[in-house]
Amino acid sequence: MAGEGGAVHSIEVTVNGETHQVAVEARRLLVHFIRETLGMRGTHIGCDSGNCGACSVICDGQLIKSCMMLAVAAEGCEIETVESLGEGADGLDPIQAAFKEHHGLQCGYCTPGFLLNAKTLLAENPNPSEAEIRRALKGNLCRCTGYVNIVRSIEAAAEAMR
Amino acid sequence: MKAETTYYPAVEQNERLGAYSGQSVPRVEDKRLLKGQGAFVDDLWMHRQGHVHFVRSPYAHARIVSVDVSRAEAQPGVYATLTGEEVGVLQQPYFQMAPEPGGLMKDYCMAVGKARYMGEPVVAVLAESAALARDAAELIDVVYEPLGVTLDGVATIEPETPVLHEEIGSNVAWHGVYDYGDVDWALENADHVVRIDRLHFHRFSSAPLETTGALVNWDPGTGEIEFRTNNQMPMFAAMFIGPAIGVGIDHMQFSSQDIGGGFGIKITSYTYLTALALLSRKAGRPVKWSETRWEHLAASAHGNERTFLDIEVPVMSDGTILGFKVRAFDDAGAYLRYEPLGAVIWSQVVPGNYRLKHVRVDYTETLTNKCPVGPNRGYSRLQHLWMIERIVDIVAKELGFDPVELRKLNYVQPEDYPYETPNGCIYDSGDYPTMLEKALELIDYQGARKRQRAAAGTGKRIGIGIGSTLDSGTNNFGQSRIINSALPFSGNGEAAIVRLDLYGEVTVTIGTTPQGQGHETTAAQVTADILGMSPDQVHVAAGYNKAANTYVGFSGTYASQFAVTGLGAVMGAAEKLRGEIIKVGACMLGAEESDIELADGFVRLAANHEVAIPFIGIAATVFANVAELPGELADSVTLNCRYVYRPPFTVPDHETKTGKLTLTYASQIHAAVIEIDEETGLVAILDYAAVDECGRKINPKIVEGQVHGATAHGIGAALHESFEYDSEGQLLNATFADYHAATALDVPDIRYDDIECPSPFTPNGAKGMGEGGGAPLSTICSAIEDALPEGAHIVFDTHNHSERVYELLRSAAAKGPRGVEVESR
Repeated sequence: MAGEGGAVHSIEVTVNGETHQVAVEARRLLVHFIRETLGMRGTHIGCDSGNCGACSVICDGQLIKSCMMLAVAAEGCEIETVESLGEGADGLDPIQAAFKEHHGLQCGYCTPGFLLNAKTLLAENPNPSEAEIRRALKGNLCRCTGYVNIVRSIEAAAEAMR
Repeated sequence: MKAETTYYPAVEQNERLGAYSGQSVPRVEDKRLLKGQGAFVDDLWMHRQGHVHFVRSPYAHARIVSVDVSRAEAQPGVYATLTGEEVGVLQQPYFQMAPEPGGLMKDYCMAVGKARYMGEPVVAVLAESAALARDAAELIDVVYEPLGVTLDGVATIEPETPVLHEEIGSNVAWHGVYDYGDVDWALENADHVVRIDRLHFHRFSSAPLETTGALVNWDPGTGEIEFRTNNQMPMFAAMFIGPAIGVGIDHMQFSSQDIGGGFGIKITSYTYLTALALLSRKAGRPVKWSETRWEHLAASAHGNERTFLDIEVPVMSDGTILGFKVRAFDDAGAYLRYEPLGAVIWSQVVPGNYRLKHVRVDYTETLTNKCPVGPNRGYSRLQHLWMIERIVDIVAKELGFDPVELRKLNYVQPEDYPYETPNGCIYDSGDYPTMLEKALELIDYQGARKRQRAAAGTGKRIGIGIGSTLDSGTNNFGQSRIINSALPFSGNGEAAIVRLDLYGEVTVTIGTTPQGQGHETTAAQVTADILGMSPDQVHVAAGYNKAANTYVGFSGTYASQFAVTGLGAVMGAAEKLRGEIIKVGACMLGAEESDIELADGFVRLAANHEVAIPFIGIAATVFANVAELPGELADSVTLNCRYVYRPPFTVPDHETKTGKLTLTYASQIHAAVIEIDEETGLVAILDYAAVDECGRKINPKIVEGQVHGATAHGIGAALHESFEYDSEGQLLNATFADYHAATALDVPDIRYDDIECPSPFTPNGAKGMGEGGGAPLSTICSAIEDALPEGAHIVFDTHNHSERVYELLRSAAAKGPRGVEVESR
């Protein structure tokens, strides 16, 4: 793995249930740790400023943007990425299934972030209104769907999960 | 059934489509994308790869005095650098589509001698990691001599303005007059002439969420260059790159699997691909580049900015609009990377949705010190269509016509099709009056008018707007000859292969570069119908691969054409394969071909379904048991069937600027109810409706999704998204923190309806769609104008942030010029 230079720290972080003890450079972002150090490519990068949400992951139950956190700051944390959703290589969880049924994705680049956002939202609020869904999605950008079918997918997932 | 038409040779409509085509079959792409298993360009990796970082010009216009890379190259982990000076030696200037004067431009992949926009790449650094490349870039010393800047797309043609390209001698890249009918006669004989001073279409980008990227390897052993990249029109890119660096297209491989949105912005990335190839050759290793969002917004491509001046509109007393006359200035930015094609592409829709007969457009393509433009969703047509919609609303308001009735009166009528425009384009089918009725129903038009009256005096103003638009699809590239008669392009086409593999599997490969449009799904639908299978039995290869799939010179995904060109190719190839399967099956069953049918993956006798052979039996015989077949039959089948779909175009006429420029005309009518806060000028969308017509739909759910997406881009641009440069040419909003890409709170729930008017000119009745023609820009401007008090200035810009709306509200009391005058006789 290509180095980034600078001081190196050893961290222990649990990703999708698997604990990793890894040396990382102090300046490595969590998103680069997930994508490059661990080689998990489902978490995407769409901006440099924490605005787009393509890199969203769940950290200790909270939805976060992994480009806004240094990998060393994830010491001791439990991270969930899109790869944790659905059983095995092919199974879809109710949120993923709803996105498929309601055409809640087009190019798919923003989709992992929206799925984790929806998972966090529905864990907190199993019966969200359209306005609550839209407010929850504010930090995730999608340039293909106009959000219409994403909102419908999350409404359908909420119903399926109740 | 053959549709008879005087405009094109009769088209055979494929009657086998039906079981799956037309159904909202779930997308096969979705599973991998939902599981995080997609393969986007940034997910790819090559052994020994280095990472690239570009040093970019901080000035909008500056001479590059000196570049010193020695400190950077001395850093551990740095593999190589590439400077503009080196590029000037290693690269020939790109082929230019413009005739003189624009054609004299010398354009390179990086700044050579001087930089002409903020963010233009000046030096490239290759290092072991992206972080080290960025660190090393900090150590590169570039001395600039800042030059004067020119930023206004109209004033840039004035004398004494700094000139970007000395070899051109001015900032005019192209100029031409399009003159159809007799607009002078119309202006002399009209009952009214409406004169509009100025309309301005602003600069924005559909900004795909995945930025541009590439992994490029110039193999020193074979001399072949591999481009793994999300470029969305690879053969167009190859046409520029190949001659510029002296490499044959046979030595260039392009591939992509999943692309994170494109919207046209990823067509002109060939400059970066060239720089990466040169850097790979110099360093002797693969190079990887993932553009940052800042780089994407500042220096990939922007949508075209256009200013319309001195608009004159002849109108008869019954409301018939005869046409218009206008001077248009299109601001291409610093280089002609796709331009001046936009200088003709608007003319696919000269009269918009209306029966306008007399049109003169004096069109100038200009250069400024801003990011070069590229073909952004609705390219070049949406600017023109927005101007026409502004004309219709302004005429209605100034002359006291109802905007709904004025549209209905002037629309091309359902009985007019096929409708020939003043420049010889043929609108294939449509029914705009019905679509408008549906759109108005969806927003409860009468109810909205009541709400509008009830809001008077509350501090809120309600406005109702309508936008009519065309999504012209399947280009005739011969229109390029209208801007440059020497260009060797005409027609269009796309290629596909449908084959039967050894164990009876049906595989489809296409020359397109999908970015979320669901090509794998819709190609499987039409193939399944033709071969009598279900779509899940058809494997469509994901993404573009020049070597493994098939392609023609026009291959790619752009300009609203997949349903016609891409699926036309798939259908043709599937029909060829069907013919071969039947031929072999008939021989093996000892039957006549006419007695055979295909169903459920079997060849069988129509009269007795028990007498059947599975596709594996056909494939295994042809591939592995061929001595069983008569030699003549064995020699006549391959089970590997390629077909190139070719629309029936002829070459347009350079002198008269006329011809059949596009094959299909999908349309959308939008309607909206908005509320303006008088205190702040803030616009809120209360109701929004979009009614679509795109011929026969192959997958209605995908079509609806495309309408939603295009609508969101338009709403974002109308109210939130605008590139703002300061007076020195510094882009002020090149991050998503500043460039407000529309969020889930900015885009309302979109009420959708549709009608179907099959195209008589395409083999499946479909029309290309997806661009939406910028309908929301017209609709929201129309609604704002409707909400303004009596005597206010006209809505003159596509972008209406709260401050601009506030000023428009206040303009009524100021009683100043309103930007419009009427002469009635």
